[in-house]
Amino acid sequence: MNQVEETLRQEVAKLLEDGTIDVFVGHEAASLPLKTSPCFVRSPKEVDRLVWNRICTSNLATYLPQLFKRPVGLKGEWTPPKVGVVAKGCDSRSIVGLIKEKQIPRDRLFIIGVGCEGMIDRHSVGRALGVVGLADAKVDGNSVQVIGTDGREKRIDIADVLAASCRECQHREAVLSNLTVGEAPSSAPEVSHYANVAEFESKSPQERWEHWVGELSRCIRCYACRQACPNCYCEECFAEETAPKWLGVTTDLSDVFVFHLGRAFHQAGRCVDCGACVAACPQGIDLRLLNQKINKDVEELFEAQVSLSLEEAEALSSFRMEDDQSFMTEP
Amino acid sequence: MTKETNEKMSGDGWEPRIIAFLCNWCSYAGADLAGVSRIQYPPNVRVIRVPCSGRINPLFIVKALQTGADGVLVSGCHPGDCHYISGNLYARRKFALLKSLLEYVGIEPQRVHFSWVSAAEGARFAEILGKVIDSVRSVGPANKMIKKFEEVA
Repeated sequence: MNQVEETLRQEVAKLLEDGTIDVFVGHEAASLPLKTSPCFVRSPKEVDRLVWNRICTSNLATYLPQLFKRPVGLKGEWTPPKVGVVAKGCDSRSIVGLIKEKQIPRDRLFIIGVGCEGMIDRHSVGRALGVVGLADAKVDGNSVQVIGTDGREKRIDIADVLAASCRECQHREAVLSNLTVGEAPSSAPEVSHYANVAEFESKSPQERWEHWVGELSRCIRCYACRQACPNCYCEECFAEETAPKWLGVTTDLSDVFVFHLGRAFHQAGRCVDCGACVAACPQGIDLRLLNQKINKDVEELFEAQVSLSLEEAEALSSFRMEDDQSFMTEP
Repeated sequence: MTKETNEKMSGDGWEPRIIAFLCNWCSYAGADLAGVSRIQYPPNVRVIRVPCSGRINPLFIVKALQTGADGVLVSGCHPGDCHYISGNLYARRKFALLKSLLEYVGIEPQRVHFSWVSAAEGARFAEILGKVIDSVRSVGPANKMIKKFEEVA
């Protein structure tokens, strides 16, 4: 057990004992190798379930709004619970976004910030192993020992299998927290931002179209990207709406395009690039290339940063008189 | 889209089909003024009147392209003239992102147009529409996002 994990468990036990929180949202070990699943700890006796390691990929902010929803059918008084949560840089930015969008109340939240050096991407580990499936894996310091289903063993440097969004991450510490656990992370490396987007933009329109046809024709419309995303909390998603019916429930390429354009557009000015959608995609589609394009435009056109503070307005719920309109026909 | 219209569209007699979302207070009145002033403009446009350009969900535009439009025009009041004070200014941000996103996935930028037309600018409306049609014509019939429905019976 590492130092952070130990301190985290102690702190959570204390918070649950003195009644500061009713439930704590963290990560626990899962049955598949290199996976953790979210867990909800409600008593100090259960804190040993909590883990902290290099595979705590999921964005826990996703699980918060549902905790603050009044139970269906409940009569009489209801007080929302007091919720604790462990947050990496990206989780905390998503939490900031959700507070601003009034999905979770700040005063019922206790955020434990943890510095993050980046999380392992399972798809990359799979690629490093070749086509072999993953039988077992053990994270050990800065490397990961993996065993393929064919019994072959391999030691992989974590730096080589980091998630793409973690490589470019500039916010390794929580931007909003009540308490910080563990040491401050090393400073973020100098990386060129949006290099992948700029490279993709330089391709011809036909090449770009063919790229997305190739990527999106693999989509099976499972909506895992949406379920994993902390920003997708709508009671009824446009993808399932029937009046108006925006898109058919098919894997027709046209419907898939409408879904992905709509999904990406609904992230405009809100996506914190946590990589949860990419990690969740069973088909390994690089959705980040779509999300990051909008992030780049938001940054360049509106000089807006996504969810770094509670005070700043979101890009699409504000405007400036002098906003760019060079894209218009005869402005 | 039916088989018949598919054939009609791909043939030599193809004419661009354009959906125009016009705001009730400025652009729709501008289009109306073009009419009462007897200013000729091409019949390729199907107008949908909306309360404000801010009312336009970007999905309207995507949906129009999916269901067979060759081009889309969105027009609202000039900045500062919005009947609802700032609807067009919020809309401008959405449209800037949408136009860029569509271009990014490979949809021809010539298909999607945004403009400001006031209620007094009938001539300008006809002129812009001419330009939009020329621009859509230059990229030919839409074939990328269009959903092909199975023929039944």
